[in-house]
Amino acid sequence: MAVQINHTEHTDSETGKLGMWIFLFTELFLFGGLFLVYAVFRAKYSADFHTGAAELNAFIGTLNTVFLLVSSMTIAMSLTAIQKNKKNLALFLITVTIILAALFMMNKYFEWSHKFHYKLYPGSEVMRNLPHGEILFFGLYYMMTGLHAVHVLIGMILLSVTLFKVKTGKVSSSHFLLLENSALYWHLVDLIWIFIFPLLYLIT
Amino acid sequence: MSDMSNNETGNHISYLRHEGRYRGILSWLLSTDHKKIGLMYLYSITVFFFVAVILGLLMRIELIAPGKTIMEPQTYNGIFTIHGVIMIFVIVIPALPAIFGNFFLPILIGAKDVAFPRLNLFSYYLFLAGAILGVLSQFAGNGPPDTGWTFYVPYSAESSTNVIFALTAAFILGFSSILTGMNFIVTIHRMRAPGMGWFRMPLFPWSLYATAWIQVLATPIIGITLLMVIAERVLRIGFFDPSLGGDPVLFQHLFWIYSHPAVYIMILPAMGIVTEIFPTFSQKPIFGYTAILISSLAIAFVGYFVWGHHMFTAGISVGSRWFFSFLTFIVAVPSAIKVFNWISTMYGGSIDLKPPLLYAISFIFLFMIGGFTGLTLGALAANVQAHDTSFVVAHFHYIIFGGMGFATFAGIHYWYPKMFGRMYNNKIANIAWGINFTGFNLLYFPQFIIGIQGMPRRYFDYLPQFQTGHVISTIGGFILFIGLILMVYNLVRSIRKGELAPANPWHGVTLEWQIPSPPSHENFDVIPEIKTKPYFFGPPDESKSF
Repeated sequence: MAVQINHTEHTDSETGKLGMWIFLFTELFLFGGLFLVYAVFRAKYSADFHTGAAELNAFIGTLNTVFLLVSSMTIAMSLTAIQKNKKNLALFLITVTIILAALFMMNKYFEWSHKFHYKLYPGSEVMRNLPHGEILFFGLYYMMTGLHAVHVLIGMILLSVTLFKVKTGKVSSSHFLLLENSALYWHLVDLIWIFIFPLLYLIT
Repeated sequence: MSDMSNNETGNHISYLRHEGRYRGILSWLLSTDHKKIGLMYLYSITVFFFVAVILGLLMRIELIAPGKTIMEPQTYNGIFTIHGVIMIFVIVIPALPAIFGNFFLPILIGAKDVAFPRLNLFSYYLFLAGAILGVLSQFAGNGPPDTGWTFYVPYSAESSTNVIFALTAAFILGFSSILTGMNFIVTIHRMRAPGMGWFRMPLFPWSLYATAWIQVLATPIIGITLLMVIAERVLRIGFFDPSLGGDPVLFQHLFWIYSHPAVYIMILPAMGIVTEIFPTFSQKPIFGYTAILISSLAIAFVGYFVWGHHMFTAGISVGSRWFFSFLTFIVAVPSAIKVFNWISTMYGGSIDLKPPLLYAISFIFLFMIGGFTGLTLGALAANVQAHDTSFVVAHFHYIIFGGMGFATFAGIHYWYPKMFGRMYNNKIANIAWGINFTGFNLLYFPQFIIGIQGMPRRYFDYLPQFQTGHVISTIGGFILFIGLILMVYNLVRSIRKGELAPANPWHGVTLEWQIPSPPSHENFDVIPEIKTKPYFFGPPDESKSF
């Protein structure tokens, strides 16, 4: 929908990147609000948070962390590949990134449905009978991982669009802003997980 | 497109008549021209403003006598909530950056458009969607939300009304605000004309820059808070519910972490507008350029750390009350610096008392009343007395309407010739100003008095002793309404019937006055090169020493 083509010529890649960075700041603050709530309740109910964290499956969490870390690497590699004009390699690496993201979501699905199986979700009978701190822990668990999962989905859509544009040659060794910005976004999704993972799964 | 812009160099075509790829109405609705988007914001915001004004007027009619006058208590609750939601989220927060920021930021820094024109159009449609959803919440579903615009829990988690509608509306509007802020920051960083260093930038762009950082860094917090309240309602997640271990005061913290800086989103661009007006109508450089821009940044920065003064009676600790009260007094200092600078700018100038200057001067007057009463509320002891009374209502209306509102009127009268290429009728504009100013003070000043005497805010009913104040206030409301109608009539009528405006009707020196009225689609045929600081009024050969 390039209504005024003469306007887009101002959008050089530095400008586009600066915009993306500022947008990433806002994303950090969005999650920052949840981290703040986590800090407050963790201080108030540290014992309950301890029991809550022990109930989460650290193995699945670690596996998901590995998926995301590797996917961050592959998307960074795809950027280098496109800069070196290796289109097919870039396509391959973006596809790997999307597959890893899908694996992450699959794991998340199993993790959540396991909890749903035990009727451990906000508002359920089981949940309401837990101690207060655990209610809040699992509330935060669902809110944080849920919001993060939404971001993973958005990232997957963004990466798929990028994949398509690389294929059609709109993203190339001379115009790779879209790939660079998608990669930045994907790193952010990764970064936020790196904070969520220890806060929920590891600190017991 | 490029051949079309070549045609324009010799033959000026106004942006109003420029049609890019689309014709007719679509050349507006799908335009990425920052000026057209600015005007679309202007028209939409004016419509929503009158919706909210009429709701406000209905409240004033209800309060003309104790007891039920024209509506049920529950209707009253809905009306003050939607009045607040529309006024705050649809009008006061977005209006100045969206209307004048969009229209004049690129022109003032010598650019052809904002950095991301298509994103800019997208923010407009987000804004429109959010605004319409906000108004719909009044009519659809289980009755209008009745929580007040602050959505305090636990009530907002329990009320059976359309709270989710209003929360979602505020969330979408916040997203639009973030995108606009990001767009402006990048525009200012990357698109200033050659020679325009940071300290040669006019002060309205500076105030937009400070505002944009608040929009970007504070709005996500309200976003996540609103999501948490939605989760609270839909899923009973318990963050703010004491019966599940949550903490309602935590909500107030999160809410005001955004909503107090939001006050500065409202007022900083307003200050920026009057800072443009004073030099032009005094024909004198702005006094204390650096002091004004530093105070803008200081307000934006300190404004983050004063949110607790909304919660002095909510049971926060003595230590934090002391801290927030102290910082509240500190944040008044940069505002006062600006006031001194504006007055010093006028001192010794050749003052031309045209409508924009009238509004700008009354901005100072009303803003100072609002500011001083703000200090009354920021003092711990006085706050306990005045908290949740109509004193607070009067205070923030003096800041928001008397400050931001009058600055908006100043801005529209200042830039009108540039935006529409026509002059409005000065005489009618002066009369409308007089009516507005009188009506405004009659409307809100009595609320200070009855507030101190104990009239609570958001009450449908009151004791007979407050009636005199309420009657005066309601009369003021009607006077103000007449003034607003007259002002808008004058402006709307002049779009077609006004005299043609010259390029520089007020003898201003900033960049927007160096191009034709209305500007061409591209703003500048040749990107200007900046050689001096802004606001230089002397002969060109002396500009080097300025």
